[in-house]
Amino acid sequence: MRRERGRLRDGLVLVGLTAYALPFFWQALTSLKPEAELMLLPPLLPSRLTLEHYRVVFEQSVMLRAMVNSLGVGAITTVLALTLGLGAAYAFARYAVPGKRFLLLLIVAGTAFPQIATVSPLYLLMRALELRDTWLGLILANASFALPLVIWLLAGFLSEVPVQLEEAAAVDGAGRLRTFWWVILPLMAPGLASAALLTFLFSWNEFLFAYTFTATEASRTVPVALALFPGVFEVPWGDIAAASMLASLPPLVLVIALQRFLLRGLLAGALRE
Amino acid sequence: MRALAPRGTGLVLVAPALVVLAAVTAFPALWVVWLSLQRRVPIFGIAEFEGLRNYVYLAADPRFWSAARVTLIFTVVSVGLELVLGLMVALALAGQRRGLRAGIALLLLAWALPAVVTAKLFEWLYNPAAGLVNYLLGGARLNWLGDPTLALPGLIFADVWRTMPFVALLCLARLRGIPAEVYEAAHVDGAGPVATLLRITLPLCRQILLIAVLFRTLDALRAFDLMFILTGGGPAGTTETFTVYAYRSLFQTLHLGLGSAIGVIVFALVMLVAWGYLRALGREGIAA
Repeated sequence: MRRERGRLRDGLVLVGLTAYALPFFWQALTSLKPEAELMLLPPLLPSRLTLEHYRVVFEQSVMLRAMVNSLGVGAITTVLALTLGLGAAYAFARYAVPGKRFLLLLIVAGTAFPQIATVSPLYLLMRALELRDTWLGLILANASFALPLVIWLLAGFLSEVPVQLEEAAAVDGAGRLRTFWWVILPLMAPGLASAALLTFLFSWNEFLFAYTFTATEASRTVPVALALFPGVFEVPWGDIAAASMLASLPPLVLVIALQRFLLRGLLAGALRE
Repeated sequence: MRALAPRGTGLVLVAPALVVLAAVTAFPALWVVWLSLQRRVPIFGIAEFEGLRNYVYLAADPRFWSAARVTLIFTVVSVGLELVLGLMVALALAGQRRGLRAGIALLLLAWALPAVVTAKLFEWLYNPAAGLVNYLLGGARLNWLGDPTLALPGLIFADVWRTMPFVALLCLARLRGIPAEVYEAAHVDGAGPVATLLRITLPLCRQILLIAVLFRTLDALRAFDLMFILTGGGPAGTTETFTVYAYRSLFQTLHLGLGSAIGVIVFALVMLVAWGYLRALGREGIAA
């Protein structure tokens, strides 16, 4: 009896959470509705499903190119932030760095810097260096939030790796580089994955910098393409819904397939003591 | 161990990250203050120092104070609702035996979507003629994003949907860390569900709730994407936050100096809130 009640309760919670995600499912359904039925409500369900909106998005909009830009900018931002961030986090955890406390404080503060405050100087900087409308410009701008986040996360994960392991390796005659490569990195792998996923997600979702520093489809990212989605006389709700679904693909994959790493990163960022 | 490390290695490892951070974070953070002291209109090549004139202008600017009011309401109401709802959802999920992963996925999805997508989702839900919201309200014809009294609640609702999962998952992590014995002991002592919630669960969640408030307040003050796309600050400025006002000044009316001044004010506000909370948390005995 008690067990059955537990199952019923579990089921009800899931139904409630499915209802919570309804705005997303509704957009998914809209992306598959025939054009003629879009502005008709009721009925709730369409008479048939169609991929027409996706065809239009792929053939007539810059969405595909924007996805390539977002993937490229996101991937390079992630690799850059992880490479530089890992070195810095390791140094902060294991070496004497002059002004360490002050630098760490600045980096933590850096995670809270509002983009709206740095966007105007960065805009002038991009203009002066002729980095407007380039991947490199976006990657550098994204580094402003990615790098502090990565250093903060990795320093936390590193503090969980016991120093004794490195000492043991040193006693066994392994050099620092070898110890780092064969002892630290494998232990850090889950943490690195979490930091990488969060960085990629934030880069994929970033809008303010991408909207300001891009001008053409050479560098426009997915959120910008979606925000500027063209409509001639009427708003093309079905096409926008299809484009929204494409923009949601990486977050969906992260949430479903890589949830463990995403959660770990999200919680570690907030719960680190 | 540290003694074994050659001097200078640490600095070499930190240097690349610091150089990049100096260029894209520290330098812009200082430069924006300098920009805010200028009359600067890039397309006409105007750049002249004028001291605090932008700030003096803002102090007497009704649009600035309207943005202050909208930012305050948006932040307080959003964060407040997120805390209450997030805690409720966490409590519901804490006892979940089956389908926890699926439940978290459904919850986390809203948080992980780009804010621009969320804006598009809700723009469609709020459509006066064919939107699901009006349909669910029994065929109402409310113009959610076009009506000055409805636009801000509509915006806040979309923001709460997007960010409540963050609070819920933080609380859930805390709740699942509470040993079962604590609840068993309370049960043995004859505490009912309400007393258990008020006397045990909530006090144990106090710290995590404070941390959630800090993160969410900082994000709400900085929020831009959602309102920029969903309402663009309208109708009649009723959803124009500091960030939207700053952006419009910077890149639409092209007053780079004035826009930078609003940016500096957001910056100061964020740092003030962070500092205040960290002090409060420090008193609570957490080094955050």
